[in-house]
Amino acid sequence: MLQRTPLFATHVAMGARMVEFGGWEMPVQYRGIIEEHQAVRQRAGLFDICHMGRFLVRGPQAEEFLDYLVSSNVAAIGPGQSNYGLLCRPDGGIVDDIFIYHLDHEFLVVVNASNRQKDWEWLQQHRGSFAVEMEDYSEQWAMLALQGPAAEMLLAAAPDSATAHLADLPFHGVTRANLFGLESLIARTGYTGEDGFELFFAAEHAPTVWSRLLELGEPGSVQACGLGARDSLRFEPCLALYGHEISDTINPYEARLGWVVKLDKGDFIGRASLAQIKAQGPVRKLTGFELLGRGVARGDYPIQSLEGQAVGYVTTGMPAPTLGRPLGIALVPTALSGEGSEFDIIIREKPVRARAIKMPFYKPRYKK
Amino acid sequence: MATNIPVELRYSKSDEWLRMEGDEVVIGITDYAQNALGDIVYLELPTVGTVLSARASFGVIESVKASSDLYAPIGGEVVAVNTALESAQEPINQDPYGDGWLIRVRPSGEEEELLDAQAYAAYCEERAH
Repeated sequence: MLQRTPLFATHVAMGARMVEFGGWEMPVQYRGIIEEHQAVRQRAGLFDICHMGRFLVRGPQAEEFLDYLVSSNVAAIGPGQSNYGLLCRPDGGIVDDIFIYHLDHEFLVVVNASNRQKDWEWLQQHRGSFAVEMEDYSEQWAMLALQGPAAEMLLAAAPDSATAHLADLPFHGVTRANLFGLESLIARTGYTGEDGFELFFAAEHAPTVWSRLLELGEPGSVQACGLGARDSLRFEPCLALYGHEISDTINPYEARLGWVVKLDKGDFIGRASLAQIKAQGPVRKLTGFELLGRGVARGDYPIQSLEGQAVGYVTTGMPAPTLGRPLGIALVPTALSGEGSEFDIIIREKPVRARAIKMPFYKPRYKK
Repeated sequence: MATNIPVELRYSKSDEWLRMEGDEVVIGITDYAQNALGDIVYLELPTVGTVLSARASFGVIESVKASSDLYAPIGGEVVAVNTALESAQEPINQDPYGDGWLIRVRPSGEEEELLDAQAYAAYCEERAH
């Protein structure tokens, strides 16, 4: 039985096309992926992301505990801030990529939908003697994302709300706000390469908040978006998706996420292996690529060297809506990962020439 | 959303439509197929003169999300290709039975089991549940 968010009936009533994603029955599109994609790049789009996991971690050693499990520097995240981090295995493989929000007296950890159970067990297993308490708030809280250049203006002017201060919320800031009369947590985070916000509030209000957010501004200001546009929007700025660019068998240096690994912050799970991988240099790496021949490369398509050796695979590929051409991300030997390197993607049993290009394909437009 | 299924056409189970025009057959994808695929952004069609066999793949159609093979519902020689679709694929979504046509074929007589509009409507309905 597939899991459903509190907005399932709303999506169906609005005519969204529903699909299975990581054990969840989710909307893949409302009006069309390209239209939703452009709405977020140009104005604002609204996403149901209740399927993601939300854990609260508190107690006298909450920060030390998270710093022991996460690759980035949790101690450096002040109250009212948040940051990206990786849970790594002892061998350096990535358990999950997560977002850590430092609230007043606790940390909120947001994890991928498909890894909810795995991450919860990972946190529990490594509690050891840390004085921490953990609570799974995934069911109690809804989570929506309002993304796009108009998000700030629309949200700050929301009726029956006290949200004017959101205009001053910095990138990755998190604050309490009264939204439509509801006590909410609002963070300047997202997964689209645009400015925008992620909102947390009591799950039973999800349908009401969803509808009211869609009514913000002039009619048509906010477009309901599905997971199709979420994927194409995160692909262009090359934001990693678990199970594609990162996984238990891909380490952060291979995934070009070395900037998320703070080897000098003190011990954490995976540190020794990661230090060694960094010193030796990863044997394979992610690279962006463009196709020189005709075709569209998709995730899992094999890659051959020009000599015909199997050397890697595509992690994500699609016709990029903003750029207007098929692009991709691939995991290839480090020697082939530099800009200008050429290799062949096997598309429907035929090799199609591709050339490594710089990532990201689209420069994120976050709030400065 | 109601699916448009013109009564005068014949249909394949891989969601192509066929229109008989004299001794030639025009082939495209159905409204049901374009709707299921979403915005088409890429297309590969055979060249004029290619000989198709029934049930074999004759091209590729891609949306942002998905890639699909085009299957020839009948065998025959390709006598025309809708080259206007090379630069803009929107007609496939907007007018799948008109400007969105894909190829014109001179049939060899070989054909797979084809459906009339009523049978195809039932086939679409079946898959909607």
